[in-house]
Amino acid sequence: MKTIAELEAIRKRTLDEISMRTDEESVRIVIGMATCGIAAGARTVMTAFLDEIQKRNIHNVHVSATGCIGVCRLEPIVDVIDKDGNKTTYVHMTPEKAAKVVVEHIANGKICVEYTLPENK
Amino acid sequence: MQFFRSHILVCGGTGCTSSDSAKIIEELDKLLVDKKLDKEIKVVQTGCFGLCEQGPIMVVYPEGTMYCKVKVTDVAEFVEEHLIKGRIVTRLLEKSSDVKDGEYAIEKSSFFKKQLRIALRNCGVINPELIDEYIAFDGYKALIKALTEMKPDEIIETIKKSGLRGRGGGGYPTGSKWEFAAKQDNDQKYVCCNADEGDPGAFMDRSVLEGDPHSIIEAMIIAGYAIGANYGFVYVRAEYPIAVKRLQIAIEQAREYGLLGDNILGTGVKFDLEIRLGAGAFVCGEETALMTSIEGKRGEPRVRPPYPAEKGLWQKPTILNNVETLANIPMILLKGPEWFASMGTEKSKGTKVFAIGGKINNTGLVEIPMGTTLREVIYDIGGGIPGGKKFKAAQTGGPSGGCIPASHIDTPIDYESLIELGSMMGSGGLIVMDEDTCMVDIAKFFLEFTVDESCGKCTPCRLGTRRMMEILDKITKGRGKMSDLDELETLARDIKAASLCALGQTAPNPILSTLRYFRDEYEAHIRDHRCPAGSCKSLLSYEVTEDKCIRCGLCAKNCPVNAITGSKKDEIPFVVDQDICIKCGVCYQKCPVDAITK
Ligand SMILES: Cc1cc2nc3c(=O)[nH]c(=O)nc-3n(C[C@H](O)[C@H](O)[C@H](O)COP(=O)(O)O)c2cc1C
Repeated sequence: MKTIAELEAIRKRTLDEISMRTDEESVRIVIGMATCGIAAGARTVMTAFLDEIQKRNIHNVHVSATGCIGVCRLEPIVDVIDKDGNKTTYVHMTPEKAAKVVVEHIANGKICVEYTLPENK
Repeated sequence: MQFFRSHILVCGGTGCTSSDSAKIIEELDKLLVDKKLDKEIKVVQTGCFGLCEQGPIMVVYPEGTMYCKVKVTDVAEFVEEHLIKGRIVTRLLEKSSDVKDGEYAIEKSSFFKKQLRIALRNCGVINPELIDEYIAFDGYKALIKALTEMKPDEIIETIKKSGLRGRGGGGYPTGSKWEFAAKQDNDQKYVCCNADEGDPGAFMDRSVLEGDPHSIIEAMIIAGYAIGANYGFVYVRAEYPIAVKRLQIAIEQAREYGLLGDNILGTGVKFDLEIRLGAGAFVCGEETALMTSIEGKRGEPRVRPPYPAEKGLWQKPTILNNVETLANIPMILLKGPEWFASMGTEKSKGTKVFAIGGKINNTGLVEIPMGTTLREVIYDIGGGIPGGKKFKAAQTGGPSGGCIPASHIDTPIDYESLIELGSMMGSGGLIVMDEDTCMVDIAKFFLEFTVDESCGKCTPCRLGTRRMMEILDKITKGRGKMSDLDELETLARDIKAASLCALGQTAPNPILSTLRYFRDEYEAHIRDHRCPAGSCKSLLSYEVTEDKCIRCGLCAKNCPVNAITGSKKDEIPFVVDQDICIKCGVCYQKCPVDAITK
């Protein structure tokens, strides 16, 4: 038998897991996964994002794939879109950089400028 | 918690299951493992999305992309394109979805835009076999609120204030029914749920049970607490195996979590329930017959009063509510009666689920605020009539209801306006008819149903409906007399007045309403031996118009009984031998130059 408090805990935990099915605001991580992206290693980048999010127990983040953006030489490319719709584009991503983006940008709201387009640096 | 980047929701309702959605899930699971995606993407079997015409339906989150008519052979491409490369497989999209920023979200399709899903809130969103997913979207929160913050009479007051009325057909105010039962002084009371759903073409109750069974359990516990009952029965027809299975799973999970039992969530409140299977007799949906059937006897109605709230199951005070009625209860408690009463019309609050069928493009399940017009339902949500045909009428209330003709298409749908038009809300079946539908034939169709389903206990219903049936049969065969129409009206009046239960009392409605709006069609059958819609076979004769005929011979070649002769080579005109013709209409359909008339 569950107590009311236990039920509440189940509610919170499961909601984190399935909140993507509502249109609630959340941070979106969009990874370029066309042939060019995958060839440049986008799959390992995606896996790194998923692992890191899981490890740090971060909620309200969606990770999804998208097609070719057209600047294939900068792949793997990753867009992070925050709750207000502001977009940051990271280029030449690696699993290590992905882990850092989760910690700095997603968890602490600090953009990793060094991984963005060269002209930003 | 396991973090998945994507959830793929596949409809596991009866409709999509029969078009292989289970195999699609199997294939998805297999390919996800093959492609090593199974740790990042999860496949979820869910309840009905409503767009049954386009099934099997699959929705991919977080994007909310809805795919339609998915075949097992499409799965590999979907995995490769959408899941791996993030490219939408556009050929599988729902046709009406508006493209915006390259997104194809489910809420954007015209089918969903005008809907408001309260009773269906979790259908197509959660996995109905996982209690945790129900809990996540505020499931059992209303129960906790009821048991810890509200007294029974406060709950009843809330339901009364919300204006909720029964969705099973009668439209009786739910709060008043509960109040009546609560007032009875008795140590044993019962709560029953009517999931018999006998109205032909209706499947909203099945869909709620299949897609969100816990909402019914939660509502029944609340009802039990409100009226002082500690036991319940869900009466569901055995033809609904998926609904029965999901409900059974849900009951077991609720018991395991202590939501059913002797001490619910430690509050000391006691309630449990069980499923009773019906054999699919229409009359067993009637409340007194339903209870007689639960008691293990032949399902026959009895005279009321006493009403079940006073003397129901085993002579104990019992409330009976329809599935959809109950599905609204938790939301009313959570969001407040004012919220619920803010939707709908003056006397009809909230939403209503309709199962739309017949001559309509988007066959399926829709939930709309009361007061939505029939035009919006048919054209905006339903996608209009196939083949560009003209809308003729819609039948609501099934065999107990009546038709709404095209001239009233702008009527806002609520309990009162439908009654005024000579129809009724019924349980939510909505059958759309186009110009090719014969209204006499439709009346006959519904009457045939009641003749079959009459339990036979009272004479007006048992014999009266049969006599009406014979008259209609005569008319559709061109053997009617004008006096038959008066005869029909007299019989209808007597049957309505003298039948024991509402099955007989409402059985004449389809005839009365078609007579009211389409009397000229009856008269054409009788006086001119003509069926204006070209549907009554006995009154048709298929003939070849010689000057249009190109003598291709397709009609003769396709005729199943060789009733058509003729030859191009020998220059013999094609003719239909009326003695042999069985009026199947194949020649009419096959003729490439419309040379065949009927
Ligand atoms: C012949 C007949 C069949 C009925 N079938 C159903 C049914 O299938 N489902 C249903 O909920 N109510 C059905 N009803 C209405 C029930 O008698 C009853 O009014 C209803 O279940 C009460 O619940 P509600 O107040 O929530 O609508 C039927 C009534 C008649 C006369």
